[in-house]
Amino acid sequence: MNDVAIKVENLGKRYQLGQRNATTLREAVGHLGRRLLGRGRNEAAAGPVAGEEESRKHIWAIRDMNFEIRRGDVVGIIGRNGAGKSTLLKILSQVTVPTLGRAVIHGRVGSLLEVGTGFHPELSGRENVFLNGAILGMSRADIRRRFDDIVAFAELARFIDTPVKRYSSGMYTRLAFAVAAHLDPEILIIDEVLAVGDLSFQKKCLGKMDQVARGGRTILFVSHSMQSVQSLCQSAILLEGGRVSLTGTATEVVGEYRRRTAERAAQGASLAERTDRGGTGAARVVDVVVRDADLRATQWVTTDEPCHIDLHYQANEPVENIQPGLGLDTPGGLRALTLFGDFTGHAFSAPAGQGVLRCRIERLNLRPDRYSISAFLGNRHGAFDVIEYAGELEVTDSSYYSTGHYPDDSQGPMIQRHDWSHPSADSTLEGRGGQSADTSINHLPMERQQQ
Amino acid sequence: MSEIDRQINPTGAPVEVTIILPHRGYRTLALGMMWRARELVVLLASRDVKIRYKQTILGGLWAIIHPIVTMIVFTILFGRMAGLPSDGSPYPIFVFAGILPWQLFASALSQSSNSLVANQNLFTKVYFPRLLLPISSLVVAMVDFALALLVLIALMAWYGVMPTWAVLTLPIWLLLALASALAAGLWFSALNALYRDVVHVVPFITQLLFFLTPVVYSSSLVSDKWKLVYGLNPMAGVVEGFRWALLPSAPAPGALVAVSACVVVVALVTGLLFFARMEDTFADVV
Repeated sequence: MNDVAIKVENLGKRYQLGQRNATTLREAVGHLGRRLLGRGRNEAAAGPVAGEEESRKHIWAIRDMNFEIRRGDVVGIIGRNGAGKSTLLKILSQVTVPTLGRAVIHGRVGSLLEVGTGFHPELSGRENVFLNGAILGMSRADIRRRFDDIVAFAELARFIDTPVKRYSSGMYTRLAFAVAAHLDPEILIIDEVLAVGDLSFQKKCLGKMDQVARGGRTILFVSHSMQSVQSLCQSAILLEGGRVSLTGTATEVVGEYRRRTAERAAQGASLAERTDRGGTGAARVVDVVVRDADLRATQWVTTDEPCHIDLHYQANEPVENIQPGLGLDTPGGLRALTLFGDFTGHAFSAPAGQGVLRCRIERLNLRPDRYSISAFLGNRHGAFDVIEYAGELEVTDSSYYSTGHYPDDSQGPMIQRHDWSHPSADSTLEGRGGQSADTSINHLPMERQQQ
Repeated sequence: MSEIDRQINPTGAPVEVTIILPHRGYRTLALGMMWRARELVVLLASRDVKIRYKQTILGGLWAIIHPIVTMIVFTILFGRMAGLPSDGSPYPIFVFAGILPWQLFASALSQSSNSLVANQNLFTKVYFPRLLLPISSLVVAMVDFALALLVLIALMAWYGVMPTWAVLTLPIWLLLALASALAAGLWFSALNALYRDVVHVVPFITQLLFFLTPVVYSSSLVSDKWKLVYGLNPMAGVVEGFRWALLPSAPAPGALVAVSACVVVVALVTGLLFFARMEDTFADVV
């Protein structure tokens, strides 16, 4: 018994560019004739024909792809938009067929390329659970057995017989997620579906998936969120230009991906032009500007001083209740700090067009380092834009700890006002005339005492 | 190209092995796969039936209002004013017995032709045999048909028309009507995924076929030497057979039905092959 769950060999997928518009009926008939006679097949099997006209009309979304995934592995697939992630998942889910090569899958596959596939607004929650479950491959008996769990997970018991068109979009996503979370295949293929839904529910789903993964199931997980890839997956595959560029542990691959992204960002692709971003695109972050206490644009900020981070956005349509978010990550790829309108209860509406959202930071309690800024625009129902390496923030030291010492990168990114005392010694010394008698002060000079 | 590999894994259950290749071949026609997906057919069909009359005041009544009003208009226009013969049955019953199978065909055809495009959000996200879509879309037409059939029974009771033993052949004609609709639906739905021209072609063809089908008139108006050619329209045979099954005075359909049945079989088989051949590309081109 081999323990390979998925084996991909020389996989390639070619798409036709633009609309398949036969210019003349004759062409269309000829094309159909060729298809019917099976000549189209030979053409494709003969391999990539690199004629000039050929390459103008077609694009290889995936090419020469080879990898193997072992049973029970939880594998993250990362890469920029257009790297071939979605095409790969579509082929493995059998939604579309490859042009070349083959893939062998050992085990029952459940795939989740979208949340709530087949949900119909006119049908009740209950009816949609059954329909959606069946579409995802569950039998009616399976669904009936898990129905109560699904409804409880979605926290929608009271509304289960209401048509889903009366649901808020949060409720809608919760129900859709709940069905998906109760899929029970041996191999689970998940596209970036966690980008929607409210955050607390997202967390619940991640938890559920984590549980599923521990149950020995093989999971293939595409995400733009390096955080969830790192926390969910053991290993990862980095795709670039339709090929496998790197495989390894999730930490290694994510680290390398971040490094390459940072490099690319440094090479000056302007934020507005970057395509390695998630979200619906209703609004996009086009620039991130760091400003000091007096609102002067700056590259660095001093610890413990006020600063501002401006998110310049371009709204492609009027958007309501935008909650902006900023994430500051250490060079090691760890999240140091998340600033989010949802935490503070701020949400803004914007007409279509350009604008600026400003985050004021009262005191930046981060140790001196270079932090990369990830930016987020979204509302309760989903993300408009998610982009990593949207900017950089260099924190320089002040006299915060007057010793001039700061934590190193193994000691956490935070700095915090604190001092030390020695109460057990103090209680005996106090009667005899005070803390100055405590010798420990010599070892740990207190900032306040020195000021 | 899916098969159950009889390897035994540690838990003793067979491991399903899926081999994904550039071409699925005619896999969609595998009956096993269709059988496993039968629950989905039922759910898709019941979804379509449930939403058909949602948020309407008259609801399912529309399924009988349409044929009744059509029958009244045809009776006045063709029965009274034009005085078309009705093979010895009261004209209203004669024409209603024609409208019924015709509408079953016409609505099944239009639903199934549109089934791929209407469900593209499904099959571009999840794999299931695409053939389920045109098949499940026949069910809605059947529900409407069943309701209208009740009206015909009431109408026959009112006029005191009793069917003969020929009524036992009714399922054959229904099957033939559905097979005709599915055959054309397979071709049109696959083509529709590629060329939306089909949306405009189908109503047009349906309208032309209507005049070539003995709904308002009797096929006895067609001269014998043209009868067989006339039978190339499969619905000609179906409507003739349907009338004969229900109305005692209707003449037994002859060779015309054999021609119709052959056309249906050929169209259905080629339709299935064409659909299966095109299936690989649906998700990419729709």
